[in-house]
Amino acid sequence: MIDAGLVERLRRISGDEHVLTDTHELRTYESDGLRHYRSSPPVAVLAGSAAEVRDVVRACHETMTPWVARGAGTGLSGGALPIEDGVLIVLTRLNRILDVDLDNQRVVVEPCVTNAAVSKAVAPTHFYPPDPSSQVVSTIGGNVAENSGGLHCFKYGFTTNYVTGLKVVLPDAEVVTLGGKEVDRPGYDLIGAFVGSEGTLGIATEITLRVTPVAEAHETTVAYFDGIEQAGQAVSDIVARGIVPAAIEIMDKLTIEATENWTHAGYPLDVGAALIVELDGPQAECDARSGDVLEIFEKAGASGTRVAENEEERALIWKARKAAFGAMGYLSPYYYVQDSVIPRTRLAEILGRIGELSEEYGFRIANVFHAGDGNLHPLVCFDARNPGESEKAEEVAGLILTACVEAGGSITGEHGVGVDKKKHMTEMFSEQDLDAFQRLRCAFDPDQLANPGKVMPTPRLCGEVPGPYRKHPLEQAGIAERF
Amino acid sequence: MDAAEPRRETPSSPEEAGEVMRTAGEEGRRVRVRGGGTKLAWGCPLRSGHAGRSTAGTEIDLSTERLDSVEHNKEDLTAVLQAGVRLARAQEIFADANQMVALDPPLGQGDAATIGGVVATADSGPLRHQYGAARDLILGITIALSDGTIAKAGGKVIKNVAGYDLAKLFTGSFGTLGLVIEVVMRLHPLARDRVTALGDSDDAEALGRAASVVAHSPFGAESLDVAWHDGQGEVMARFGGAAPDDVVEQVVKLLEEAGLQADSRADDDPLWERQRTGQRSADGAVVRVSGLASELPAVLRAAHDAGGSLVGRAGLGVSWVTLPGGDASSLVSSIEDLRRRLDPFACVVLDAPPQVREKVDVWGKAQAVPLMRRVKARFDPHNVCNPGLFVGGI
Repeated sequence: MIDAGLVERLRRISGDEHVLTDTHELRTYESDGLRHYRSSPPVAVLAGSAAEVRDVVRACHETMTPWVARGAGTGLSGGALPIEDGVLIVLTRLNRILDVDLDNQRVVVEPCVTNAAVSKAVAPTHFYPPDPSSQVVSTIGGNVAENSGGLHCFKYGFTTNYVTGLKVVLPDAEVVTLGGKEVDRPGYDLIGAFVGSEGTLGIATEITLRVTPVAEAHETTVAYFDGIEQAGQAVSDIVARGIVPAAIEIMDKLTIEATENWTHAGYPLDVGAALIVELDGPQAECDARSGDVLEIFEKAGASGTRVAENEEERALIWKARKAAFGAMGYLSPYYYVQDSVIPRTRLAEILGRIGELSEEYGFRIANVFHAGDGNLHPLVCFDARNPGESEKAEEVAGLILTACVEAGGSITGEHGVGVDKKKHMTEMFSEQDLDAFQRLRCAFDPDQLANPGKVMPTPRLCGEVPGPYRKHPLEQAGIAERF
Repeated sequence: MDAAEPRRETPSSPEEAGEVMRTAGEEGRRVRVRGGGTKLAWGCPLRSGHAGRSTAGTEIDLSTERLDSVEHNKEDLTAVLQAGVRLARAQEIFADANQMVALDPPLGQGDAATIGGVVATADSGPLRHQYGAARDLILGITIALSDGTIAKAGGKVIKNVAGYDLAKLFTGSFGTLGLVIEVVMRLHPLARDRVTALGDSDDAEALGRAASVVAHSPFGAESLDVAWHDGQGEVMARFGGAAPDDVVEQVVKLLEEAGLQADSRADDDPLWERQRTGQRSADGAVVRVSGLASELPAVLRAAHDAGGSLVGRAGLGVSWVTLPGGDASSLVSSIEDLRRRLDPFACVVLDAPPQVREKVDVWGKAQAVPLMRRVKARFDPHNVCNPGLFVGGI
């Protein structure tokens, strides 16, 4: 339970109406985008300014109360899952765009400005490239925490490549400024360390982002193949030809079926896979390259192609892809989204393994694939109303991860570790690797108040540095291990 | 500095490297990591030991020369490079497959710069405009810490968010957190053709305007640089790909409209080599200015008034100002004047004669130093990795 004095203090900081303790009011915050993890926080505070965030964090620090920060709650790894003995710090009121400096291609925002709002603020000449499919709702603060990617990251990179400055409230309530509009400030790249740290190092209350000019031309093409392996081959051929498309996406038969039901984007239902390739750049470059791409499609055995003739057709092609997760509801009442990464050259092998698992367990598994960067999203369809199915679906998803890691890949490409994948961390990282991670965490948060229980597979403590060894009470009680 | 000769170590495997680091930590010996030795003078002069700890033993000079393996995963556009691999050698290997690691900092005497040194110093070149810096291209890292820990972070795939991004933390850490043993880098295709649009002027405002127009154009330059020397400046934008001529023609027009005398240049390698070379100086001082693109004219004027020359990434606002050699005290006051004039932009002194390095804080003002100290204490608890070389005496 939470200290009554702390709740009183939170009320003084953010006002009564912004401190929630009622069970039904708190229900909204029980889970994030990963709905099968639920936990009720004893108190949620909707901080209204950076200063309030600092004061809330200070109150938590002084009472040694752990906390979890939350944006729009669209995350898919349970990173914003509340903890039962801590404070949920909701940042949705920090939603102002503070500065649009187009001269320097920078936008300064509070954490709960949505991803799409940044691009909108600099349109039509510029845009903000990292574009997760949830971009209309997901927030920059959440994107920073998870190092979000999106459809265009093969060419344009991830959130971490676009953050040039941060104001961070550290877990001891110290406020630090890292970077700014300028690059190459002297010192450690703490921005690089903070982005993707899943809310475990502090709360970013101000974020400076780089935006970039919109390319002169876009050329969006879809090719249809009998099998996903052929589509994968076409991708390898494109890359081998030295072409870097802005986006390369593959949807399999099941995904096409689901999205067509919803978006009616005109994808044929009798094909095995669709490969979307979007080129961007100067008109002359797009013209020169689109011929190459069509030639590669043909060589790889495409049964048909469709070239977007105008902006509406381009939007329609993308609408289907962006709807892929949501549309899955048409196929199955429940599905488990996986987020593994493989070296692209191992695609056929991994698809084979997924096929085997699908057959063995009797689940339909749809595949959506950020093909350029090897980020595979298998969607395991199941029905939670049947006893034991949820557990079995999770088991299958876990086995897919294991196969991807064994192929030299990663357990998460863009959704984060959160609570969902922390048990898989040891498949990718040794004890020494985890020890090194913990050193960073302890430098920022020696008391481990920020989002505890996420990312790391087992609780770890922060030893004193430097100084003689002393046992922590938790360690003495056998609850936690020291790294 | 210790009077005794440093003890030279040349580990040939991660395990050997870890052992050297562990011994150093245990015995309290300062570790100086050396790659190609082209940037060893950068940073503050080393401090011997830290409070309460004796460093009676000799210093360890750890050379990465035998850590030199290259794994090129052509089809995945990635490479695993041990720290001692010379960047020039790696580029030759990648070029055979029409690929590159998009890092083109100056390579120093005999092209000796290694990937480990480039990552440790976060040095960069003109390609940074399109592809970002080392931090943006590094996918994974293996490190050895001064307690013998050998750890890796990141992975071998382009996209990966599992665990903390220690690869970025170590990039630019100047060997103060531990030894970089190996890095995984993202590769890019080599452009088929490259052509440069080039415009000159003696008017700093016009150069700033021209650079801005190109930076905001929808053409996507591979590199966008500025140069200034003896009252004359140039803006140059390089385009690569399958059909650069058409674009360059349009950009030449943009440069002309901004008031520059402009033309295109197909045989443009020497031009870009000159830009890289301009980031180093054998006898003068090089000050790296972290400015804003919109303030480029002010930075050009400041360099000019200090009697210096400049090369820079015009779209990013980063410039290297070279102040000519001369007597140490006048160089020191030129550096201080430049800093005052360009405040609050960070001005880091890279190359400089030893007498100058002793008199200026080469790093200048830095942010979040207490937090950086805590990071240092966690990764290098024995404080043996380049003690005193980094910002705030870290």
